[in-house]
Amino acid sequence: MANKQYKAVALISGGLDSMLAVRVLQDQGVHVEGINFYTGFCVEGHTHAIRRQDQNKHKRNNALWVAEQLGIKLHIIEVIEEYKNVLLAPKHGYGSHLNPCLDCKSFMVGKALTWMQEHGFDFIVTGEVIGQRPMSQRRDTLPVVARESGAQDLLLRPLCAKLLPPTRPEKEGWVDRERLHNFNGRSRKPQMALAQHYNIKEYAQPAGGCCFLTDASYSHKLADLWQARQHRDYELDDIMLLKVGRHIRPSPDFKLIVGREEGENNYLEGYRHCFTHLRPAACPGATVLVDGNVTEQDLALAARITARFSQHRDRPQVTISITPPGTATRQLEVAPLAPDDIPGAWYL
Amino acid sequence: MSTHSLDARRLLCPMPVIKAQNRVAQLQPGDILEVICTDPGARNDIPAWCRINGHRVLDVRQQERDIIIRLEVGSDHD
Ligand code: SF4
Repeated sequence: MANKQYKAVALISGGLDSMLAVRVLQDQGVHVEGINFYTGFCVEGHTHAIRRQDQNKHKRNNALWVAEQLGIKLHIIEVIEEYKNVLLAPKHGYGSHLNPCLDCKSFMVGKALTWMQEHGFDFIVTGEVIGQRPMSQRRDTLPVVARESGAQDLLLRPLCAKLLPPTRPEKEGWVDRERLHNFNGRSRKPQMALAQHYNIKEYAQPAGGCCFLTDASYSHKLADLWQARQHRDYELDDIMLLKVGRHIRPSPDFKLIVGREEGENNYLEGYRHCFTHLRPAACPGATVLVDGNVTEQDLALAARITARFSQHRDRPQVTISITPPGTATRQLEVAPLAPDDIPGAWYL
Repeated sequence: MSTHSLDARRLLCPMPVIKAQNRVAQLQPGDILEVICTDPGARNDIPAWCRINGHRVLDVRQQERDIIIRLEVGSDHD
């Protein structure tokens, strides 16, 4: 069919590269729609929404924003349950932290392939660039994603296509290979130049990666959760709570999640039906959740730590309200722990 | 044309958008969906999602802690 308009589904992360990849194809008359996967670990909104100090800042979902700039539809797919298989047992292991980037990419491209088939689209597009990322975007790993996702030669990377074997969209003339690019390596200069060419002035610059799993401190807290529970699993609430508050583990049996400000305290209070929670009875201060099994002695320690993060931390005694889920609140009078009495190693 | 309601309270973005999207997929053009949420991020995300996917936000109101976004399903949705 000479005049058929081909349709591509593009993985939209919210960063510049996928934005450029879509523009390149739009330039060639391809109809593009975006797809974005929500694993629960994505760096979008949550922490901003929770922390009061961030609530007045301009909050936006970068993937939605990018789609709007590009004038394309965006389909957001929730993959929280399925993603557990990717994160808990990645065939290709982890990157520098608990980020299973290579398996993750194959999984997402595979999901995009299913979506493409169900919606009558012709091929898949990503903003990947050879050598851009140490794990998932190397010359030897790009073919792994194409193969393991099942997308094979229906996966087009417009920003580095000229350095890769021609894909079906190129071979069949759905797109013009000559007008694709040969970006390579960690330099961002070619992307900047192309952004300028397309008059794209504003874009998000995700540091390190598109999800919390590339974050050292987040990964450390997740590893701690698995170790404490003695099995590797999680629910959405677990991974949300890892993004909130200070996490203090005084013993292998329990940890405390301490709200850092009002927004986090409110958020943690939403979990009072699942966890024992502590609050100073007569002054402002942190809401503290207890995650794990505690003895009476542990609770007394939790109360002293709660007192340490209350406004009355300099007083000799502070009254703390302790409420186990579904039980009446009781009060305990304790001496606040001195900052030096909380060993650095307790902070996750 | 009918009116529907979706409770997305306590969900954090982008979950309210995803729930709204999945619900809209089952509705007819012209139907009204009222999304009740608590994450302030939804104030930006749901209207942005509507704009790019051809739906219309009728109004956004705050009722104590709840944010209520009413939208009308557009004609070319899939
Ligand atoms: S940074 Fe996170 S979302 Fe992005 S590829 Fe790696 S694991 Fe997947």
